Amino acid sequence: MHESTLINLSLFILFLPLLGFIVTLLLGKKVKSVYIFENLIIIISFFSSVYLLFSKLTNFRTTKITSEIEWFSFNNFITGSKLSINIGLMIDNITAIMLFVVALISMLVHLYSIEYMKGDERYNRYFAYLGIFTFSMNGIVLTNNILMMYIFWELVGLSSYLLIGFWFEKKSAADASKKAFIVNRIGDIGMFAGILILFFTYQTFSFDKIFGSISSGQLPFNSDFWLTVTGILLFCGAIGKSAQFPLHVWLPDAMEGPTPVSALIHAATMVAAGVYLVVRIFGLLTADAMLFIGVIGMISAFIPATIALTQNDIKKVLAYSTISQLGYMIMALGVGAYQFAFFHLVTHAFFKAALFLGSGSVIHAMHHEQDIRNMGGLKKKMPLTYWTFVISSLAISGIPLTSGFLSKDGIIASSLAFANLTGHYLFPIFSLIVALLTAFYMFRLIILTFHGEPRDHHKFEHAHESPFLMVMPLVLLAVLSIFIWYTPNPLNSEQGWVLSKWIEKPVIHTPENSRFDFMKSFHNENVLSNKSYIDSEVYKEAMHSAHYPAMGLSLFVAVLGIFLAFAVYQWKKINADLITQKLKPLYNFSYNKWYFDEIYHKTFVALTIGLSKVLAWFDAKIIDGIVNGSAFITKHFSFFIGNFDKYVVDGIVNFTAYFNGFAGLFVRRIQTGKVQSYLALVIFSIVILLFIFK
Amino acid sequence: MIMNYYDLIFYLFAAVTLLSALMVVTNRNIVHSAFYLLFTFFGVAGLYVLLAADFIAIVQLIVYVGGILILLLFGVMLTNKITNVEIKTGTINLVPAVIGVGLFAGALLAAVVNAPWKINNTEQAFPTTKILGTLLIQEYLLIFELLGIVLLIALIGAASIARK
Amino acid sequence: MTVGLTHFLVVSTLLFSMGLYAIITRKNAVMVLMGIELVLNSANINFVAFSRFGNFGYSGHLVALFVIVLAAAEAAIALAIVLNIYKNMSTVNVDEIDNLRE
Repeated sequence: MHESTLINLSLFILFLPLLGFIVTLLLGKKVKSVYIFENLIIIISFFSSVYLLFSKLTNFRTTKITSEIEWFSFNNFITGSKLSINIGLMIDNITAIMLFVVALISMLVHLYSIEYMKGDERYNRYFAYLGIFTFSMNGIVLTNNILMMYIFWELVGLSSYLLIGFWFEKKSAADASKKAFIVNRIGDIGMFAGILILFFTYQTFSFDKIFGSISSGQLPFNSDFWLTVTGILLFCGAIGKSAQFPLHVWLPDAMEGPTPVSALIHAATMVAAGVYLVVRIFGLLTADAMLFIGVIGMISAFIPATIALTQNDIKKVLAYSTISQLGYMIMALGVGAYQFAFFHLVTHAFFKAALFLGSGSVIHAMHHEQDIRNMGGLKKKMPLTYWTFVISSLAISGIPLTSGFLSKDGIIASSLAFANLTGHYLFPIFSLIVALLTAFYMFRLIILTFHGEPRDHHKFEHAHESPFLMVMPLVLLAVLSIFIWYTPNPLNSEQGWVLSKWIEKPVIHTPENSRFDFMKSFHNENVLSNKSYIDSEVYKEAMHSAHYPAMGLSLFVAVLGIFLAFAVYQWKKINADLITQKLKPLYNFSYNKWYFDEIYHKTFVALTIGLSKVLAWFDAKIIDGIVNGSAFITKHFSFFIGNFDKYVVDGIVNFTAYFNGFAGLFVRRIQTGKVQSYLALVIFSIVILLFIFK
Repeated sequence: MIMNYYDLIFYLFAAVTLLSALMVVTNRNIVHSAFYLLFTFFGVAGLYVLLAADFIAIVQLIVYVGGILILLLFGVMLTNKITNVEIKTGTINLVPAVIGVGLFAGALLAAVVNAPWKINNTEQAFPTTKILGTLLIQEYLLIFELLGIVLLIALIGAASIARK
Repeated sequence: MTVGLTHFLVVSTLLFSMGLYAIITRKNAVMVLMGIELVLNSANINFVAFSRFGNFGYSGHLVALFVIVLAAAEAAIALAIVLNIYKNMSTVNVDEIDNLRE
C-alpha cells in the first residue's frame, strides 16, 4: 500500500460521478434505464471511499497525504518572479471521513430516489444532477487549496440550484432555486474577497503553505486585524452555504426540491460544506474571528429553533432544525471545539439524512401531503419509518446511547468550558435553550405525524409502508445513529476512536497575541512548538470540570423538551391553543419566521429594485441617449457621405462615361467594319506621319 | 538629243505598265480589268529584263500571267454568273482615296526623286539563272525549303477553305 | 538624262499608288486582289532595281522570287476565301461585308 495508491483512488472517486453525470445526461433521453448506470457508479464510488477510509485509518492514520501539480503559471508583475498556480489533493483523516459520509449518503439517496422519483418525467436528469453534485462535493472535500475549493464550492451551488428547481414548473420551486442561488452568491463574494486577500499576501492557494507562512509571522497587510478580517470573509462563504444567520433564508425555501435532494444536499452534505470550510481554515482564525463565528453560530442555532416550534410543514420543521444544528457546529468551532464540531457534522449527517428520508417516506405514503396537521396515526401504518424516525429524533435531541448525544454533549461541554475560561456564558446558555427547543419540536413533529388519531382519513387509508429501497436507507442511517460505531462508552465520547484517534486535534497558526488565552502555546510546557492548544492543561482541566455538569444539564433539557412535547401534544395536559392565544405576538413572530423574508424584502430587495430602477433610468435616458445621439450623428453623417457619393463621386464617374459616350458618337463613325475604309485611314495616317517626320 | 534604245524600251514598257495599270484600276468591268492586268504584268516583266533580271522576268510571265491571272479570272467567273451582265463593279471612297493616295504618291515621289542614291552602275549584265540556282540551294536553302512548305500548306488550305 | 534607278522607282511608286487606289476604291473583292497584285509587283520592281543598281549582289532577285511565290500562295488562299464568302453571303462586295463592325 503506497500513498500514491490512495491519491489515485481518490482521483477515481472524484471523477467517477462526473462520468456518471455526463453519461446520464447525454443518454438520459434515449436510454430510459441509464439511471442504473449512475447508481452503479455511485455504489462503486461508495465502496472505493470505504476502502480509502480504512486504508487511511489503518495505514496512514497520522500522515497527511498531499499531491500537487502545477495547473498554469504566469509572471508575477509585483515581484517579477514566476508565479505558478497549483492544484492538488489532500487526504487527511477528516477528508477520508467526510468522503465516506458523502459517498454513503449519496449512495443511499440514489437508491432511495429510484423509488421516490419513480414516474417523474425527468427521471434520468435527476440522477445526472445527483451525479454532478456528488462530484462537486467530493471535489470540495478532497482539495488541498482554497481556489479549487472555491471552484467546487460554486459547482455544488450550481447543482443545488438545479435540484431545488428540479420541478421548475412550480413557480415556488423556480423562485426558491433562484433565491438559494442569489443568497449563496452574497456569501461567496465575501469568501472570494478573503481568497483574494490570502493570495495577494502569500501568492499561493494551498492551505499548508498559507498556514506555514502565517506560522512564520507573515500576515495580511502585516496586522492581526486583517487576519481577522480574512477569517471572517472566508467564513462569509460558510454563512451562505451553511445557511447561517443572516443568510439562512434560502434553506427553508429550498425544501421545494425533491425530498431526497433535501436529505442529501440541504441536510447532510452541502450545507455541511460550510462547516467543513471553517474546519479547513481553522488554523488561521484569530480569537476575534472565532468569537464572531461563535456568535453567528449561536444566533443561527437559536432563531431557527424558535421558528421550528410553530411550523406545520414537515420539511420546513426539519429545514429549520438543520439550520439550528449547523449553527451548533459553527458555534462549536467558534468556541474552539474543533473535534466536536466535525464529529457533530458526521453524526448530524446521518441522523438528519435519516429524518429527511423518513419525512420523504411519509410524504410519499401520504401522496405528497406535507402538512403535519393532516397527518397522525401513521405509526401503525409505517412502523419501520416510525422507529427509524424516533431513533434519529432521539439522536438529534441528544439522548444517551445515540450518536447525537456524544457530539452534542461534547459541544455543550466545550461551550461551558469556553465560558469558564473566557467568561462568555451566553454560549452554554443558548446551547442549552436550543437543545430544549430541539427536543420539543422534534417530538412535536413525531407526535403530530405518527401518534394519535389520523386527521385526514382519506389519505390515511391509502398510506402504506414504503418499498424496500426506501426503507433500507432509513434503517441503515438509523443504525449509524447508535453510539456503538463511535465509542465503546456511551457517556464519554472522548474515549472513542473517533475523537481520540481519527479526528486530529487542530494546529493553530495565528500569532500568539491574537489567540484566546487558553490557546496560547506557552501554557503547554512539554511541547516546544504550538502544536496543539487543545492539549494545554488549562483547557483539559476546564473540559474535565465542564463535562459532567454539561452532560447532566443537556440530558435534563432534552428529557424536559420531550416531556413537554408529550404533555402538550400526546396527553393534552397543556392546551397548545391556549398558550398560542396567550402568547399571540410571540407565536406570530415565530410562525412568520421572525419576518426575515419580509424584512429582507422591504430593505435589501426593495433597495436593489430601487437601485435597478435608477440604473435602468440611467441606462434608458443617459446611456441610450448617448448611444442614440451617436447613432443620430452617424446616421446623418452617413447621409452626407451618401449624398456626396451619389452626386459628386457618381457625377464624376457618370460624366466620364457620358463624355466617352459622346466622343464615341463621333469616333464610332470611323469604325465602319469596312476594310477599305480602314485602309484609307491608314494611308492618311501614314501621310500625316510622313509630313510630321519628314 | 540622242535617245538610246535602252531608254526607249524603258519608256515603252513603263508606259505599257502604267497605262494598263490605270485601266485596271479605273475600268468598271472586272473582266476587262483582268485583261488589262495581263498587260501590266507583261510590262513589269519587260522592266525586269531591262534590269538584267532575266530569270525573274520569265518567272513573272509564267507565274503571274500563267497562274495568278488565270486564278483571278476563275475567281471572277465563279463569283459572277456569266450570263449576268453585271460583271461591272462600283467604286467607293472615291474622294478620300484620290486625295490620300495622291498625297501619298506625291510624298513618295518626292522622297524617291530627292533621295541621294548611291548608284553602283555600269555593270555588265550576266545571265542570272545559274547564279540564282546556286544561291537558292546554298545560302537561301532554308528559306527555299520553308517557302515550299508554305506553298504546300497554302494550297491545302485553299482547297480546304474553298470546299466548305 | 539616261534611265537610272530613279526612273524605275518612280514607275514602281506610281504602280504602288494605283494598286493602293484599287484596294481602297473597288467594291469587288477580286478587284481588291488585283490591286494587291499591283502593289506586290511594284515592290518587286524595287527589289530588282536595287539589286541592279545597288551593291547587294543577287539577293534582290531572290527576294523578288520569294515574293512571287508568296503572291501565288496569297492569290490561291484569297480566292478560296472569296469563294467561301460568296457561298455564305451571296456577294463579293467588300463594302457589304462589315461583320467586323460588331
